[in-house]
Amino acid sequence: MHLHDGQIPEEYRKYIGRKFVFLLLLCVSLLIALLFSIASGAAHISLTDVVSSLIGLETTKKIEIIVWNIRLPQALSAMVAGAGLALSGAVMQSILRNPLGSPFTLGIAHAAAFGAALGVMVLGGGIMTSNSMGAVQITNPYLTTITAFFFSITTAAVIVAIARMRGTTPEVMVLTGVALGSFFTAATMLLQFFANDVQLAAMVFWTFGDTARASWSELAVMSIVVTITGIYFFCNSWNYNAIDAGEETAKGLGVRVERVRAVGMLLASVLTATIIGFLGIIGFAGLVVPHMVRRVIGSDNRFLLPGSFIGGALMLLIADTVARMMLAPHVLPVSVLTAFIGAPVFLILILRGGRK
Amino acid sequence: MIVDIHHLNFAYRDSEILKEIDFTVKPGELLAILGPNGVGKTTLLKCLNGMHRPSSGAVMVEGVDVLKMRPMEIATKIGYVSQKNEKARLTLFDAVLMGRKPHIRWRPSDRDLKIVEATIRHLHLQEMSLRFIDQLSGGELQKVCIARALVQEPKLLLLDEPTSALDLKNQVEIMLLLRHVVDYHHVGAIMTMHDLNKAMRYADSILMLKDGKVFSHLHPSQVTEQMIESVYGLPVEIHNINGHPMIVPKDINQNLCC
Repeated sequence: MHLHDGQIPEEYRKYIGRKFVFLLLLCVSLLIALLFSIASGAAHISLTDVVSSLIGLETTKKIEIIVWNIRLPQALSAMVAGAGLALSGAVMQSILRNPLGSPFTLGIAHAAAFGAALGVMVLGGGIMTSNSMGAVQITNPYLTTITAFFFSITTAAVIVAIARMRGTTPEVMVLTGVALGSFFTAATMLLQFFANDVQLAAMVFWTFGDTARASWSELAVMSIVVTITGIYFFCNSWNYNAIDAGEETAKGLGVRVERVRAVGMLLASVLTATIIGFLGIIGFAGLVVPHMVRRVIGSDNRFLLPGSFIGGALMLLIADTVARMMLAPHVLPVSVLTAFIGAPVFLILILRGGRK
Repeated sequence: MIVDIHHLNFAYRDSEILKEIDFTVKPGELLAILGPNGVGKTTLLKCLNGMHRPSSGAVMVEGVDVLKMRPMEIATKIGYVSQKNEKARLTLFDAVLMGRKPHIRWRPSDRDLKIVEATIRHLHLQEMSLRFIDQLSGGELQKVCIARALVQEPKLLLLDEPTSALDLKNQVEIMLLLRHVVDYHHVGAIMTMHDLNKAMRYADSILMLKDGKVFSHLHPSQVTEQMIESVYGLPVEIHNINGHPMIVPKDINQNLCC
């Protein structure tokens, strides 16, 4: 072969450079959003006090408590959850070669809702108390977390198992996911029908995804899962690009397509199940964010995955802050806002994409 | 020899698709595999690069059995241009760069980028290197796929009906490109085809399959009307136009009727 007389094209370097600049801008925006998020709330704290508290300079005890015990864990939970959900959605869309790939279209969220409902009703995790702001809480959150996680993972495992039997194709995986989602929706309705008022309220309450549920220890678990799966996904970005180019092309490039798909699907489900298990269902972040990022930097997973990761963190952090502020002193669960914003944003993306 | 196929058999469930296939390809040779629909042309290509596992026999690439190689190792020796190519939202440069995947460890090296640039330039695609491939025409996309296979630095190129979805001008361009690649880069190439005239004009040798077996493996000038009729079940005439063989069906109206 005589292909060694090439030059690295300057235009391509600039093109790649622009993508890095975009990622950097997202990081800077995220940092600014984090400071504003911590500063915002019922008790106003100045940005200077927020920064002082974060870097360990002396502030008042009240500020320390608000920043470190209330707002920082919630803001970081929103960031970690947003990053994880968006990353999971981007990976699912890529390996399934389907723009609607997300934990929700594949029935994983429905399975989590069923698992939580089962935990509330059958296993006794649904005794509720009211807090000062009028919201309800599940008194045994770990039980519902575990059951929600278990059913999410089981669903993903069933999808992968059926795909292994019938061929690991996107069609088989998506259709199996849709069927399981429908099944778990029906099963949840059945449980709700036989539930008493208290249990029913707890089941519905659980489905409101809320970043305020996570404490430092839950945040640590979510962060570890997001980090490990994130590293795996970033290392496989070339494989996902190859699958995007077509299954046969990917195999021709040495990619074990079935294995990459099955492992990707399982890990994306573990990631989603962990977040949903701790925080409840947060819709649309996993679906919309990858599409938004894709419109700016294209489908190259080397940049799409980190872009979705940071973009998801930014989007959910902003949504969470707005949800806390818009009806103050009432705190709106972030999932309500993401669903409200997500639907029109998705429609705009479709319309703009179509016109292009 | 780059590729040496010994007594290759392939069966899908209970049906035997390929039977006792034997042939070789040497560097700088362009082999066209011909035969009617469903005879096993694509299956044969997929057996060659390990996508399908033969029920018996061996595919030796540079003396090593393909079945004993890892997929990534195969990809450093064999470039595969599929019939089905998807238009992802990647730039042409990135789409070709993907062909370096078997060689890339963590991120593309300067050498990877230089090879991609040189290949794109050799294929006269440099003007559109930053265009998204979902904006390219069918012919341009096919060139991108060939470029992607080339940057793998393979010893053997496999192409599944490389001109099937293209207009006449693009068909000729792709065939000239393949001829150039084989001659200039001295790789072996195997392509499946339905267009007998293109195969006869551009290939170095013609392998015809019938009922899953090798019916003939000859230089294009040795292919006769009787052979083609026997393989396709259609009487044809071979004319010579400007020194090139031109195959036309005998009495088209009669053949199409009933």
